Amino acid sequence: MVEVTLWGSLAAAAEGNSKIEIEAKNIRELFERLSERFPRLEPLMTRGIAVAIDGTIYRDTWSKELPTGAEIYLLPRLAGG
Amino acid sequence: MNFDPSHSKRSFSSVGTRPIRPDGVDKVTGRARYGADFNMPGQLVGRILRSPHAHAIIRKIDTSKAAQLPGVKAVLTAADLPDLTNGDAAMYDILDNCMARKKALYDGHAVAAVAAIDARTAKQALKLIEVEYELLPHVTDVDQAFAPDAPLINDTIFTTGVDPKPDRPSNVSMRSQFGHGDVDAGMARADFVVERTFKTEQTHQGYIEPHACVANVCSDGTADLWVCTQGHFVYRQHCAELLGMDASKLRVTSSEIGGGFGGKTHVWAEPVALALSRKAGRPVKLVMTRDEVFRASGPTSATSIDVKIGALKDGTIIAADATLRYSCGPYAGAWAEVGAMTAFACYKLENVRTVGYEVLVNRPKTAAYRAPSAPMAAFAVESAIDELAKKVGMDPVDFRIRNAAQEGTKASYGPVYGPIGIGPTLEAVKNHPHMKAPLGKNQGRGMACGFWFNFGGQTCTDLNIGIDGTVSLAVGTVDVGGSRASLSLVAAEELGIDYSQVRTVIADTSTLGYNDMTDGSRGTFSSSMATISAARNAIKILRERAAQMWDIPVEDVTWEKGHAVAKGETHGNLPKLSLKEIAAASGTTGGPIAGHSEIVADGAGVSFATHICDIEVDPETGATKVLRYTVVQDAGKAVHPTYVEGQYQGGAAQGIGWALNEEYIYGKDGRLQNAGFLDYRIPVCSDLPMIDTQILEIPNPNHPYGVRGVGETSIVPPLAAVANAVSNAVGVRMLHIPMSPPRILAALEA
Repeated sequence: MVEVTLWGSLAAAAEGNSKIEIEAKNIRELFERLSERFPRLEPLMTRGIAVAIDGTIYRDTWSKELPTGAEIYLLPRLAGG
Repeated sequence: MNFDPSHSKRSFSSVGTRPIRPDGVDKVTGRARYGADFNMPGQLVGRILRSPHAHAIIRKIDTSKAAQLPGVKAVLTAADLPDLTNGDAAMYDILDNCMARKKALYDGHAVAAVAAIDARTAKQALKLIEVEYELLPHVTDVDQAFAPDAPLINDTIFTTGVDPKPDRPSNVSMRSQFGHGDVDAGMARADFVVERTFKTEQTHQGYIEPHACVANVCSDGTADLWVCTQGHFVYRQHCAELLGMDASKLRVTSSEIGGGFGGKTHVWAEPVALALSRKAGRPVKLVMTRDEVFRASGPTSATSIDVKIGALKDGTIIAADATLRYSCGPYAGAWAEVGAMTAFACYKLENVRTVGYEVLVNRPKTAAYRAPSAPMAAFAVESAIDELAKKVGMDPVDFRIRNAAQEGTKASYGPVYGPIGIGPTLEAVKNHPHMKAPLGKNQGRGMACGFWFNFGGQTCTDLNIGIDGTVSLAVGTVDVGGSRASLSLVAAEELGIDYSQVRTVIADTSTLGYNDMTDGSRGTFSSSMATISAARNAIKILRERAAQMWDIPVEDVTWEKGHAVAKGETHGNLPKLSLKEIAAASGTTGGPIAGHSEIVADGAGVSFATHICDIEVDPETGATKVLRYTVVQDAGKAVHPTYVEGQYQGGAAQGIGWALNEEYIYGKDGRLQNAGFLDYRIPVCSDLPMIDTQILEIPNPNHPYGVRGVGETSIVPPLAAVANAVSNAVGVRMLHIPMSPPRILAALEA
């Protein structure tokens, strides 16, 4: 079980929950469980979400493990210049 | 791939040196081949017809006269580009932006195209295309477009990020929010509060080389595209999707690039060139004019930003609040969202809230521009921070040091920071001689901080060792700032050979696996990780081959300074084998020796910078002169310090131009009035002093050498640093960028 924090706009689509406890081993499972639990997150997840684990941002490594007790924060997937 | 702490104390042999870049001679002698330098036998000239109107329904396009003109081989409209986007809204916007389908949404929007035997015929053909427009009300200003009664640009846009979902469309495509704590309660406790509204005008990246490509679609369905781009793999994917092609049948080769800065991360004319070639059955060369680059590629957002910051008497910021409105062009975007994330990222804040609004306007589709969206947010926040420091009675550097984020701080955009460099850059600025230099009459000094995330992403690299022992490194990240030199240094470092023994090339899309584009300051960061990995894979094979040559177990072979060394009591006396000797024998020990790497280079370290600017203002004319400018930035580890300094200087120069001169100027008719470098003035060498730089190295824990991206952060602080300098010089807070002479005079007279 990990605790996940959602940024403001994402929380609005998750029935106002800014913190969610969820059973997930890695980023892929986290996205699957979130979509199942909060279908309104789907469009935001399609647009792209990054995951910060203890401050390090992961955009594409969906196999990245979510360590117990780690700070897990969902962020929009960003573009650079 | 984590940072090896031993690197922080080790002495690098190649990394950190300053050899001449491999592409340098070609570039200064004119041999380098840019986008427009490629030609094919029998190629046609492509030209695009663009809307002169800011907002209009396209009632009818009659291309019959153009098609009948001798020498015209293809005429194209949106009807030739069917919608194959399968409900992907972002791809549909790209398609519509490449060729307007129902409405022209800005001055310069493509409505038709031709391919002809020469430029004169193509130009003549464009004049023969008859377009019937029905003009609609337009809006080009971000605040006017945000107003509820503004002309509606897209009736399918309903604001997302709000609850409940609106029942009416609007020009606001998305609301986003970040922050933590209780801002209102914090603000109520503040002893000092600064509240201001700031505006920044739209700017262009100002790359010297216009967009250019040659497209060749063969009758068997295969195609080639030679193009100036920051991301040829992404261009291949987008073009293939829009044209209904298999990606593998389209080979894209990137040319040298005369600047991109984010503007060459998007396709504009390339799908049109391919579609023209497909229709004409001949190669088509399409080169944008400067006028087209300004009117129809992707400038940055214009913004309007409200900032409110409160502090206690002891100088602690107790609450920070910002509302940011960013223009996106006529399509949905996510630019204010990034501004909202970066706005207060430099600070340790208990109570912080940022709200972003994406605003549609009748201007070109906004594109990324070097740390996109961050410079405008930093301008607003760092201006207010400077003013607040004065109110509190603290030195602006000390005020920032007191409130600077540090390792363990919860960032304003959410996560907790690892090791970061904002504090060290501020300390370095505090102790820099620049801060103690005397100032004269009408002169002011300003400083400001800036933040950027940096990215990694998908990266694929091949390292091939020739039988003569020299190394070919093929990477898929386009070299926009000297990365071929940096990556050669990294390969040389890992293999233990000389830099001159490595040649790095940018491979085309058919010879290497997929690579994300060179954006997000990721080129050297991600490709150096892949290069290190590829080199270590090659070393594994080199050790195996040496073991074969010696007939000993591979476990007894180590790799040291470019040589295989035998270990152990029974064969420790064997003479070491050089890479060259092992390569020479490769034909009889198993064939070619190579190392490959396919990675997702996540874990890019965030980046901070602090800048100092001295400026002189002529109070009679409002003219400004930058007297001195210093950049202090954390590079993690500078692989090639000269090119790191070049990135610092380049970002500062672009930011100074943005702060003082550059802006898109639209008339009441919604048409761009200054689509050229004479009227849109970027700084030239004579406008700027030599920009001083100081590289700090706080290792990124997620990179084996500690490297952080360096390409973008340097453009974040200049708008604010220059504005603070001008404000201090004239004694009036500057609220509107650019601070052109008329705007400075108006501020003085207000």
